[in-house]
Amino acid sequence: MCEDIVKVNRLKVYYDLKNTFTSNLLSKKKKQIRAVDDVCLTIGKGEILSLVGESGSGKTTTGKAILQLTKITEGEIFFKGEPVNPREKAYMKDFRQKAQMIFQDPYQALNPRNLVLDIIAEPLDVNRLVSSAKEREERVILALEQAGMSPGRDYLYRYPHELSGGQRQRVVIAGAVIMNPDFIVADEPVSMLDASVRTGILKLMVKFREERELAYLFITHDLSLAWLISDRIAIMYLGTILELGKADEIIKRGLHPYTQALTRIMPMPGVNLERERVTLPGEIPSAAEEITGCRFRARCDKAMPLCGELRPAMREVGPGHFVACHLCAPTLTALE
Amino acid sequence: MKLLEVENLSTWFHTSKGDLKAVNGVSFDLDYGEALGMVGESGSGKTTCALSIARLLPKEGEVTGGRILLEGVDLASMTEEEIRKRRWKDVSIIFQGAMNALNPVMKVGDQIAEAILLHDKTSREEARRRTAEILEMVEIPAVRAGNYPHEFSGGMKQRTMIAMALACNPKIVIGDEPTTALDVMVQAQILNLLEKIRREYRMGFILITHDLSILGETCDRIAVMYAGKIVEMGTVKDIFEKTAHPYTQKLISCFPNIWGGKTIPEGISGAPTNMLALSPGCSFAPRCDRRRGCCEAEEPRVVQIGEKHFVTCHEASGGGCGV
Repeated sequence: MCEDIVKVNRLKVYYDLKNTFTSNLLSKKKKQIRAVDDVCLTIGKGEILSLVGESGSGKTTTGKAILQLTKITEGEIFFKGEPVNPREKAYMKDFRQKAQMIFQDPYQALNPRNLVLDIIAEPLDVNRLVSSAKEREERVILALEQAGMSPGRDYLYRYPHELSGGQRQRVVIAGAVIMNPDFIVADEPVSMLDASVRTGILKLMVKFREERELAYLFITHDLSLAWLISDRIAIMYLGTILELGKADEIIKRGLHPYTQALTRIMPMPGVNLERERVTLPGEIPSAAEEITGCRFRARCDKAMPLCGELRPAMREVGPGHFVACHLCAPTLTALE
Repeated sequence: MKLLEVENLSTWFHTSKGDLKAVNGVSFDLDYGEALGMVGESGSGKTTCALSIARLLPKEGEVTGGRILLEGVDLASMTEEEIRKRRWKDVSIIFQGAMNALNPVMKVGDQIAEAILLHDKTSREEARRRTAEILEMVEIPAVRAGNYPHEFSGGMKQRTMIAMALACNPKIVIGDEPTTALDVMVQAQILNLLEKIRREYRMGFILITHDLSILGETCDRIAVMYAGKIVEMGTVKDIFEKTAHPYTQKLISCFPNIWGGKTIPEGISGAPTNMLALSPGCSFAPRCDRRRGCCEAEEPRVVQIGEKHFVTCHEASGGGCGV
């Protein structure tokens, strides 16, 4: 087994909902959004793990929580074997360099009034890693060229608005990798880009993985993209992981009813007229409601009485293939 | 007679840097109950094409040539006044940003009723009854008509937009990236809904998207646009299985196919065409790896290579250049 870069242990992120004046007076119980509810996962060195789910499933919150960009309610994050403690300033300074994030919208991630040079050099400046202007420029040029924008010198003195969407995302990536990180959370990095540009960005990400053993948490709603670039896929629903396993295994032999529903409607180029788009009824429920038992129950056509009573635990059904479902991975109590 | 015939449509934008030929000689037709998918990268002119048909171009835009025949009547030559009377009854559009298109301080039902009252001379009672009917059609319980948009989820807002587009029983509905901002499951629900409504009411449907992968199951025919022109058009089978244009081939290869190999596709190298400085030849030539001598000098003609299959490429016109 390869060395784990990131280990997430029973992560919970709850947000308090604002109470109204009257409900405060009546001292009702505080309402909470359970954005992430008991998530465990590991990401190995140089591994790409995809987190797939609908909006509101808590994928982005999980990514942010791993990077300590949001307050964690419960649970632990380990980075390279060490627990991440957001209160330790010296440790966090190092952690911030080694764990980076790429955001979805390259149009908003770049300060429109800064030059490409300043945007990418910002982490160098903050950490006082360069001594001369010449060295600063050289490191930025190198980062740009590694991100596939060559000659890098041509882009230094440009503003973000002069770049195309794909180029902007490359600048974002150049800024993320300039500190030579071990781990990147990529939150829908290509969903705003045209299909023809998309593949270039994915290739770039895979290139860094191969050259530097960079590990990624790839957050996406697009199952086919997840399959394309990742080693393993985790299917998330309403704050929990329902199924986790090798990419091929999940896509082609997914066991959880939700995974199966997602693969059934996965758009694919080609003539699929004989296939009927079978959709799930309704939409993802609100995370503010307390749900006993299986979280997917309300939309599951195979729900049993047990599903309403007991929350299914993650069970290993094959090597490295985990499912949380009473039907496909019965718990011992259910069998008896 | 076809429902819609677009002949040699050209739409230009008059910009400070010169005329931008956003749509440059586009011809296609649409039958009753037929769904046509229009696919292309950003800037290929898909949306401009749709806005031209609905006569909703911004003031810089102008239809400079061609005809848009709806049941034989030319929409392109109508005055603004004439169009206003027919708009939404002939052609309606579902836009991409459903979340932002609804008025946040007006009840959803009232917004739909308003659309009906503006275009049809009916009583308030009748408009309210039709609103309830349409909401049920898009699978929203009629009691939700009294809700405000913020009480709706993204999918429900998009359904409301569809309901509004259907309010005046249009002959053609254009969906401009109607599912792009939505989740995969909601996207599938909306596409199913649109298909059901189209078949039931024999409406013409034009689906504009950059996502080729959703067209296979949704449309009858596909038109691939590049730099303001349709480079290939045919049935879904033609486009996916007898692909003729190099651009279409590349575009298809950009989408992962889980039954194919797990290698990241090549993508399309080079930048999209600068629409302000169009070359005399094929616009795709600089990015095409099968280009020949004449591709950059001479504009390719439209060649028919199948019953409904058309392609604009020198390679297809047998022997290529100079033919």
